[in-house]
Amino acid sequence: MSNSIQGFTAHTGSAVPLDQANVDTDQIIPKQFLTGVTRAGYGKHLFHDWRYLDLEEKVPNPEFSLNKPEFAGASILLTRENFGCGSSREHAPWSLNDFGFKTIIATSYADIFYGNCINNQLLPVALASSEMDALFAAVEANPALEITVNLPEQTVSFGETSFSFDIADHHKTNLLKGLDAIGQTLELTDKISAYEAKQPVWV
Amino acid sequence: MAKTLYDKVWQAHIIDQLGEDSLIYIDRHLIHEVTSPQAFAGLNEKSRKVRCPERTVGTMDHSISTRSLAIDACGPQNALQLHTLANNCEQHGIQLFPVGHQKQGIVHVMGPELGLIQPGMTVVCGDSHTATHGAFGALAFGIGTSQVEHVLATQTLKQSRAKSMLIKVNGTLPVGITAKDIILAIIGRIGHAGATGHVIEYAGEAISGLTMEERMTVCNMSIEAGAKAGLIAPDDTTFEYLKGREYAPKGQDWEDAVAYWKTLYTEEGASFDTVVELEAADIAPQVTWGTNPGQVIGVDAPVPGPDDFSDPIEKESAKKALGYMGLSAGDKLADVAVNHVFIGSCTNGRIEDLRAAAHIAKNGKVVDSVTAIVVPGSGHVKKQAEAEGLDKIFTDAGFEWRLPGCSMCLGMNDDKLVAGDRCASTSNRNFEGRQGRGARTHLVSPAMAAAAAITGRFADVREFQE
Repeated sequence: MSNSIQGFTAHTGSAVPLDQANVDTDQIIPKQFLTGVTRAGYGKHLFHDWRYLDLEEKVPNPEFSLNKPEFAGASILLTRENFGCGSSREHAPWSLNDFGFKTIIATSYADIFYGNCINNQLLPVALASSEMDALFAAVEANPALEITVNLPEQTVSFGETSFSFDIADHHKTNLLKGLDAIGQTLELTDKISAYEAKQPVWV
Repeated sequence: MAKTLYDKVWQAHIIDQLGEDSLIYIDRHLIHEVTSPQAFAGLNEKSRKVRCPERTVGTMDHSISTRSLAIDACGPQNALQLHTLANNCEQHGIQLFPVGHQKQGIVHVMGPELGLIQPGMTVVCGDSHTATHGAFGALAFGIGTSQVEHVLATQTLKQSRAKSMLIKVNGTLPVGITAKDIILAIIGRIGHAGATGHVIEYAGEAISGLTMEERMTVCNMSIEAGAKAGLIAPDDTTFEYLKGREYAPKGQDWEDAVAYWKTLYTEEGASFDTVVELEAADIAPQVTWGTNPGQVIGVDAPVPGPDDFSDPIEKESAKKALGYMGLSAGDKLADVAVNHVFIGSCTNGRIEDLRAAAHIAKNGKVVDSVTAIVVPGSGHVKKQAEAEGLDKIFTDAGFEWRLPGCSMCLGMNDDKLVAGDRCASTSNRNFEGRQGRGARTHLVSPAMAAAAAITGRFADVREFQE
């Protein structure tokens, strides 16, 4: 569902590491799975090329972190810089959501992907490189580590450690309230009409 | 205060200020089969209408066959998506150019050639290569499906103002160097995420000397540097290209439009958040060696190794990329054999691209070990190429001449590679698996791709110049 009306406040769960920079959306959800006409059911194809050794998705790749038993049930994805680069396909956040991720923690994100996450109630948290190093090390030491991401407070905490993160106010509001973005804009219809009335005829 | 081109286009589209966000008007919306079905479904669920059907234009491009005009040629799932687009356009009164229509083509080839994209417009599409249209001095960017739905319902988007970056390419281009080499060299310089959060303006003598099609190639790959959009100020080259095109203004409207378009330039003294300068003379024919477009070198340079990078993340990325690509530090690209060549895509599927490739192709034959396909970007491009006899040059040389579509750029149809294949490709992404699982993609210009087809390796196209 687009423009979900559920809000995001805080989430506590375990994390799975994907210790790699520049993970692109082709890798998150390859093209052969983009032929759907609904928003549902993409989770099983998430990271297909890395996650499965075969095209039919019957043989999991035991080396890939998402398949390792110690990370089963993880609801937080840890990764590195420029996550979600490339194609604008919203199937990327749909597949991450459908798999069960509630939040991603990375060094940085590509712009279109970041916006797509916000529009799908998937919180993209950006932390400094050194903080990511600490988080990766903590999860490696204890895969069951409970991590709490608190949106109102803008913090990521685990054990005795707590990091704060930045997020634009309007993104934060949209995630907290789960607003219907289209419904909000439709309330401004008079202003849109007034703008249209002033446009030159050739546009 | 002196304004940039981006400032002018941005400010002209603000409907309302919503805190730090602006509600901006969208002049032109392009749609295709892959990223629009869920948007229409969202509208229908809430019984919402398309606000301005005449501002949206649709085409079929991503998941269609390049061998057959049959809508089900690539299986029932692709066909369902194509039928869904047709039904949605019909239901909401949106103009659609379906498979087989003369005006059908890759969304970013079709839009400009019909005159749908004009200076100073805001243009969006559920496709990251929407940046292409910045070549006209339009603010054009890719959006997700939720935003497609928002534009359909409201003809607007909520946006934050991006940072600005000026990229100046000074001097004139050496012989054999193309727009594709310029943009790959830029991405090589600033990196795959070098322009994240920015709108780029391309300027300098080497940019203003480009044709419109060449400018589109440059702007197209702005997203490969992470940019929100890429702009080039409109000038006489732009106006000449647009004049007389089907959707361009006519008569007095044309005069009024040109008068406005002439105000769209960056004023003397305007400041940018970031400035990058390149010398055109330093650019060699570019070939990517890795798995992101920033991993690129001149064809005459040795393949780098992890030790050539100081940043630990780049070091690790290089190691992984070399492993995937089956290359080693120090390898010469001239010795690397390719077995596939793809000429086409929204980056390099226009008539000038096909002319450049044909110019090289006529010198030889596709070597036996190579499969080479040429996929025109649109019905118009195909017709024009055939009128000029380019199709004959290609087929005589052993290339396959196909129907228009996105094709092997992303392989949503049956034009895809298998593990171990190595492809010289005029497309825009060399990501792992982009053209097929385990396949290796090297991004090059159309001339370099044609040279690879007739030599079976990465030949330096400058050796082919008379």
